[in-house]
Amino acid sequence: MKLIIGLDGQSTGEKALEFAKTVAATSSGCELIVVYVIEWSPFSFHSAEENARRHKRREEEIQIARERVLDPALASLAKEGLTARGIVRHGDVADTIDNIAHAEGATQIIVARTGTGGLSKHIFGSSTANLVMNARVPVTVVA
Amino acid sequence: MTRVYSIICATLAFMAVALPAQAQEAAASLDERVNAAFAGATGWFVNFIFMSIPGTNFPWIVMWLVIGATIFTIYFSVVQFRFFGHAISLVKGDYSDPEDAGEVSHFQALTTALSGTVGLGNIAGVAVAVGIGGPGATFWMILAGLLGMASKFTECTLGVKYRNENPDGSVSGGPMYYISKGFDELGLPGGKILAVLFSIFCILGAFGGGNMFQANQAHAQITQITGDFPGWITGVIFAGVVFAVIVGGIKSIARVTEKIVPFMGILYVGAALVVLIVNYNLIGWAFGQIFAGAFTGLGVAGGLVGALIQGFKRAAFSNEAGVGSAAIAHSAVKTSEPITEGFVSLLEPLIDTVVICTMTALVIVISQQLIIDPATGNYVLNEAGTAIATVGDTSGVALTSAAFGSAIGWFPYVLALAVILFAFSTMISWSYYGLKAWTFLFGEGKTTELVFKVIFCIFIVIGAAASLGPVIDFSDAAIFAMAVVNIFCLYFLMKVVKAELASYSARLKSGEIKKFTH
Repeated sequence: MKLIIGLDGQSTGEKALEFAKTVAATSSGCELIVVYVIEWSPFSFHSAEENARRHKRREEEIQIARERVLDPALASLAKEGLTARGIVRHGDVADTIDNIAHAEGATQIIVARTGTGGLSKHIFGSSTANLVMNARVPVTVVA
Repeated sequence: MTRVYSIICATLAFMAVALPAQAQEAAASLDERVNAAFAGATGWFVNFIFMSIPGTNFPWIVMWLVIGATIFTIYFSVVQFRFFGHAISLVKGDYSDPEDAGEVSHFQALTTALSGTVGLGNIAGVAVAVGIGGPGATFWMILAGLLGMASKFTECTLGVKYRNENPDGSVSGGPMYYISKGFDELGLPGGKILAVLFSIFCILGAFGGGNMFQANQAHAQITQITGDFPGWITGVIFAGVVFAVIVGGIKSIARVTEKIVPFMGILYVGAALVVLIVNYNLIGWAFGQIFAGAFTGLGVAGGLVGALIQGFKRAAFSNEAGVGSAAIAHSAVKTSEPITEGFVSLLEPLIDTVVICTMTALVIVISQQLIIDPATGNYVLNEAGTAIATVGDTSGVALTSAAFGSAIGWFPYVLALAVILFAFSTMISWSYYGLKAWTFLFGEGKTTELVFKVIFCIFIVIGAAASLGPVIDFSDAAIFAMAVVNIFCLYFLMKVVKAELASYSARLKSGEIKKFTH
């Protein structure tokens, strides 16, 4: 069994992690991949100066994501005796999680329900909803 | 908060220094003095750049750009058409490695470069070209745009290939880097001197076309709506905002313009399309005028040659192909194949000149703001005989504004806002180009960068206060001077691009370079 856990760095992510532990406990040798997606579009607009510094900013963003979100998550899984690896990727949250799950041949994706609402959610829908609608791998949304 | 406060204080302090002490006195006389001093100081430079080829009234510099673009077009066997589809594919991200997500994409490099070029050239410049050279100027403008795609391709490929990756992880690229590094690599002498020369012109260009011209036209646009008031007031306000962005690092302002400028661009093209659709029965006639004017002049000052000079000149000023500025903007892209950015960059003159400039020209022609003598079918010249007489005696932005206004009554207000925003985004872009040339000369460092940025802001005030004539002349001259050095060096470096092109197209054909399935 191979599980993808999609985290967003907010408190609801903890629940997804807890649920994944429960699922992983049911089978031996379960492989866990924790994915953190930094919201990013290659079709956004930037100033020349931002572009020049982009490479460095990207490295910083990845490092922060690893330190603050992934490493604690991996440590908490390791405490339960589970083997897990982490991936940080820039992109559209729903598409990126689905692409990784598909490429890895994962059994299921576990994500938390998106917390807060707001205007953008009304217009574009939440990334969780987008994932549920478009994923090629079964998705569990943890409430 | 303290940060914001300190920035505001710094801005106010700057404004107090930049403003002449006698600002209270009659402002008109201040404007006049700035104007006279400016014209006196820059006249010789302008005269040299726009010197005519002996025995003709054809400026040698325009010939220089067109010949350069033609040579690149032939040398790379019309790369602009052969790789056009591939360029679109690259911008869509078909060839981008998902592992590189989060780096600067082809789309971002292209749009950043475009925000530096799409602007007043497309609105005011085209009106100047059509107002003086008649509709025929449009034909030559389009031709220059199509040829210019090859110049862009050449310089942007080199820009990425020879960029510097700085110790802090940022990148610096542009003609000064490819000239110095490229010449060294080929064992040619003088690379460093030429790079320094280019940098000097680039700094002047940043102060001129990238700054004073923008401030000047923005002020003209504001006075159209508010009534006349001294230019330095607009200048100080603009300088304050630009200062806040480039020195204060207030990203929110830059971020807002980044979002609004593309929207304005789309709105502008959309409005032009509306005017064209409403007058669809006149489109055929307008193209007829453009073709007839291109080869006969239809009575404009200077005839065919007058139309041609205006078309070529404004195209070059608008899309900056061969000038080298775009190579600075494009060099930040993430790619292991420098030539891919070359392909992407060739879309720039197409969007800027062939699409947007042509839209403006068609709207002006269709709106019939230019007065035609019904007896001869030729255009009527104004009293001075220098330009075509217009319905409201307008020129520049005002002519474009009147043309749009005749079809969509409220559009001049939107246009005024668009001009101000375009002017602002072009200033931000050019402050970066100028800065890169400045740091190439004086080294990177907080103090040297600050000196440049402060001077840049002072020039905004000068630009807004000076009258259009001397400013537009100096702006053109400085930007074209960059092209003198850049194209000269491109002739030596183009074989490097040719080798890249051969290698890349072979690998593309063999399937070694293939699309990523997303």
